[in-house]
Amino acid sequence: MLYSIAVFAPLLGSAIAGLFGRAIGDRAAQAVTIFCMILASVCGVASFVSLVYGGGHAGSVHIATWIDSGDFHVAWALRYDTLSAVMVAMVTCVATLIHIYSVGYMSHDNSIARFFSYLSLFSFAMLMLVTADNLLQLFFGWEGVGLASYLLIGFWYHKPSACAAAIKAFLVNRVGDLGFALGIALVFVTFGSIEFSTIFASVAKHQADTYTLFGTWPAFEVIGILLFIGAMGKSAQLGLHVWLPDAMEGPTPVSALIHAATMVTAGVFLVARFSPVLEFAPGALGFITFMGASTALFAATVGCVQNDIKRIIAYSTCSQLGYMFVAAGVGAYQASVFHLLTHAFFKALLFLSAGSVIHAMSDEQDIRKMGGLARKIPLTATVMWIGSLALAGVPPFAGFYSKDAILEAAYAAHSAAGSYGFWCCLIAAFLTAFYSWRLLILTFHGKTRADHHSFEHAHESPPVMTVPLILLAVGAVVTGWAFHEQVLGEHWQHFWGAAIFNGPANHVLHAMEEVPHWVSLAPTVVGIVGIAVAYALYLGMPSVPAQLAQSFRPIYMFLLNKWYFDELYDAVIVRPLIALSRGLWQVGDATIIDGIPNGLASLTSGGAARASRLQTGSIAVYAFTMLIGLVVLVSVFLLFR
Amino acid sequence: MLAVGLGHYLTVSALLLVMGIFGIFLNRKNVIVILMSVELILLAVNLNLVAFSAALGDLAGQVLAMFVLTVAAAEAAIGLAIVVIYFRNRGSIEVEDVNMMKG
Repeated sequence: MLYSIAVFAPLLGSAIAGLFGRAIGDRAAQAVTIFCMILASVCGVASFVSLVYGGGHAGSVHIATWIDSGDFHVAWALRYDTLSAVMVAMVTCVATLIHIYSVGYMSHDNSIARFFSYLSLFSFAMLMLVTADNLLQLFFGWEGVGLASYLLIGFWYHKPSACAAAIKAFLVNRVGDLGFALGIALVFVTFGSIEFSTIFASVAKHQADTYTLFGTWPAFEVIGILLFIGAMGKSAQLGLHVWLPDAMEGPTPVSALIHAATMVTAGVFLVARFSPVLEFAPGALGFITFMGASTALFAATVGCVQNDIKRIIAYSTCSQLGYMFVAAGVGAYQASVFHLLTHAFFKALLFLSAGSVIHAMSDEQDIRKMGGLARKIPLTATVMWIGSLALAGVPPFAGFYSKDAILEAAYAAHSAAGSYGFWCCLIAAFLTAFYSWRLLILTFHGKTRADHHSFEHAHESPPVMTVPLILLAVGAVVTGWAFHEQVLGEHWQHFWGAAIFNGPANHVLHAMEEVPHWVSLAPTVVGIVGIAVAYALYLGMPSVPAQLAQSFRPIYMFLLNKWYFDELYDAVIVRPLIALSRGLWQVGDATIIDGIPNGLASLTSGGAARASRLQTGSIAVYAFTMLIGLVVLVSVFLLFR
Repeated sequence: MLAVGLGHYLTVSALLLVMGIFGIFLNRKNVIVILMSVELILLAVNLNLVAFSAALGDLAGQVLAMFVLTVAAAEAAIGLAIVVIYFRNRGSIEVEDVNMMKG
């Protein structure tokens, strides 16, 4: 019951604010949505606590039958196990804080009710996604968050760049969704059901199944790859990541809620949810590790040279998602979900503090035009420091525990993909610390580069914004050590129950404890080195970065232009597609398809015009024609009788 | 004395038909002439009917001839009425002037 309230309260809030927002006014719409979110988070946390600590039983809450057609049964049901419950608790808490923060951040906007309705709609769709009992319901939530993301990126629809970013996000996600939809279809073909409990129970029976298309493949591998393609789209992995940085066109609370803390982690959640199947698909897992590691490194390199405060954090998100996939790919789903949780807190914190900075600087986002703000907005600076410490993996902040666990798991996997993941993540850990402190130093320290006017007017945000920041900062500090032992320790089974499955040959959680000492220390050390380098370059010798950029100009431009991914896609996909579409339009549509009816019509009217010319109007000709006709008819009759 | 047989009737009838047709063809002057030509053609048909009826001893042909006469009378009445109206409106019944009936 509590669980259902946690899921459906945001829907109620969204419906009230969305349908009656005009009638009840902005204040009431805010109050209703926030009240519903608080209710949801209380219920969400309560159901999580009662499941994990109160001896509650995992199961599922049946709500209604959705589709019942032949062998295809789908129900609306909420799955109640640790993985879902922990996600529900995290999503509702973070979403509630962001709702409250938005009251301050969006106070000058003129469609506040709409904004809150969308935010709550998103929360509902995300909760639907994480509590799904079957793949179709998961897909419903998946598309629901996609829709909410589209609506919120394009929230300021009068800005052409926001509309373009919204469409881009939607389209790139469709590419991934195609893989996901095919994956669902293949699951149904293989298992005869898309209900999780049925699928996971019959994994052993179908292990040897194959799938034939351009050769014969093990069915589990194909399912794993297809589902991961869906996850790549949603979680912005290398290749399908291009929408995430552009999504920063939306209001900052949206970036924090959707594009950092919750929606983008849906892919990681999907992989963790499918652990019982993926455990028997080593090829797919290898692919996941490889893509995750590549993304982690790629996004970190790009993050080092960006100048937009939100874009730096966006690339950081992309990179951290890569970490989570590395962990999932080597079989340490627990570490992956753990990083997901800690990341949700500190990344939401970073984004919201970035929003607070933008708010203070009157909508300036370029860190080259900031600096020295720590004196003006000390509270924001402090919480952003905490978020960055957590992100960089400095003990005892949250990121330290989860990132450490991921690197240990990658090392302990002793596979080629695992080693690749380990080294990529290690380099990325250095870069993460570097760009985080580059951001901090350029924004908050040193001499200000802002113009006098905006610097003088920089002011701390109102309490409605700073209180959520403080709460998230507390989360970014404590979630690491509070949950580390339960989630990954010796008794992880108590915490997770049957929610995550590790194959009989998968001892990575055990092996993690026995890695060499230097592996556990490495991420912290490279993180601190990264911080030191950032200090040396940007505070010690501020002229050096510019010189470096000058002397390594090709590399700098390569990174600044995000590895030319947008340009590559433009040349390889967008332009040929536009040319093809133009060709199809002008030849296929305008010439052939329009040509057939138009040609028939003009043939008819032309023939009719010629035929009507026979009617001269002269009665003599009519009489003549009549007689000739008679003669011809009689002749025909006589000849062919 | 030459007996008048079926052949003679048919010959006269054929001559009437041809005269009627030529009347329509060659007439470039008067609509009434066309009406008269039509009457000639109908007359040829009637003559045929009656001749065959007598030759074959079947009264049906003569009955049909009565019908044709009726139709011809009606046709003549309507045709002449049209001509009168037409003359009233246009002031001429020259065949070449009747050229307004086109779509």
